[in-house]
Amino acid sequence: MSTLHGQPLAVIDSGGANIGSVLFALKRLGIETDLTSDPEVIQTAQRVLLPGVGAADQAMRRLNDQALVPLIRSLKQPVLGICVGMQLLFDGSDESATNEPVDCLGVIPGRVTRLIPGEGVRVPHMGWNRLIDLDARSPLLTGIQSDSHCFFVHSYAAPVSQHSIASCQHGQPFSAMVSHGNFHGAQFHPERSAVIGHRLLENFMAMTA
Amino acid sequence: MTVDSNPLAQTSLARRIIPCLDVRDGQVVKGVKFRNHRVVGEILDLARYYRDQGADELVLYDISASPENRRVDTGWVHSVAEVIDIPFCVAGGIRDVAAARRILNAGADKISVNTPAILEPTLVAELSEAFGQQCVVVGVDSVWMDEDWWVCSFTGNEKTITRTEWRTLDWLAHVESQGAGEIVLNCIDSDGVREGYDVAQLKAARQVTSLPLVASGGAGEQAHFTEVFVEADVDAALAASVFHSGYLIIDELKQTLEESQIRVRR
Repeated sequence: MSTLHGQPLAVIDSGGANIGSVLFALKRLGIETDLTSDPEVIQTAQRVLLPGVGAADQAMRRLNDQALVPLIRSLKQPVLGICVGMQLLFDGSDESATNEPVDCLGVIPGRVTRLIPGEGVRVPHMGWNRLIDLDARSPLLTGIQSDSHCFFVHSYAAPVSQHSIASCQHGQPFSAMVSHGNFHGAQFHPERSAVIGHRLLENFMAMTA
Repeated sequence: MTVDSNPLAQTSLARRIIPCLDVRDGQVVKGVKFRNHRVVGEILDLARYYRDQGADELVLYDISASPENRRVDTGWVHSVAEVIDIPFCVAGGIRDVAAARRILNAGADKISVNTPAILEPTLVAELSEAFGQQCVVVGVDSVWMDEDWWVCSFTGNEKTITRTEWRTLDWLAHVESQGAGEIVLNCIDSDGVREGYDVAQLKAARQVTSLPLVASGGAGEQAHFTEVFVEADVDAALAASVFHSGYLIIDELKQTLEESQIRVRR
């Protein structure tokens, strides 16, 4: 393993509009950084953040085009995927323009499927919802209480599994946060989740390889 | 039992309270009563003020951009995105994918289209494909005429209401099929009157769309918010003057809603 002598954080440019707000949230934490797709920067960073909006198939295509897929899979430092970035960590997703399931990074077991609308359950799941079933052992959740509200905007979700460190309920229970080895994910948007999001990013920045 | 006290409720999603600020050339117009004086202009202070009061989201309506072909200046969008840690939506003057991209790249979480969605039939689908359904809000101005609700568009410099050929309920189903991610239904007949949201219309809208639905137009009292959440099952309620005047404070409003068993974020 190469030593992580690089910058404190690399934010992968996964494409899509409005991933800039993640950079603003980091700036509020005092971390100035840019989006990058430079393998050397990503490889040597002390932590890696994978944001993402839009569809899983588009995001995977972009990572493939940049030849970043094997690199991301091989990372040993803490990696945090946000929203679609979290979904990309799983084996696959049903979200694609062609309705063909898309292969994702496969660093966390499981598949991402569409949320099912129902009585009082609107899809997209849009707004502030509560975190439940928190795994108190996770350093990502330090200082974050059960029933804290976070801001979600998504139509696809990963099921609750042994890798869930927080869940949420919207028609069905789903993974709000996951951890598996050095790979972590948040389905909600920490950059738009007020103090809870701030704390999560702070906790992530305190993690080390 | 209210909508949110059902023990079998399938979601724990909170109902949202959304103040709407009118922005012209990067300044808030109309003004907001803020610490006992009326502030016009300081968009960042006002955005922070509402954030601290417990607003769940902000809508920033760029009124300078609507008439003619003025481009939305994105400098102020960037500034808001830097300081605000709750989501915000920019409305007004977005006519094409390029304009929407500039605003989203500046840091807005969503963009809202109204009249251009009617004038340009493929716009909603194009926006949804380019940025994802979750970014695309369709604002609808609706008026009661000839025994039905009709979509209106505003044209020209003055707010000239033009009734379109779309019945409101048909239009809602249509934009949902085109890839809209949320609907803001502004009920013209109740707007500005402060006698409550148009519950009948919002209830009818709730029946035809499974998208998140935001009530707009008519809020005057705390009870109007309780009523619209309970009766029309809307996901969010938007208001402007009742917050800007200082008559209602969002945190107090949410306390009242919570006492009425309505799920809110506090």
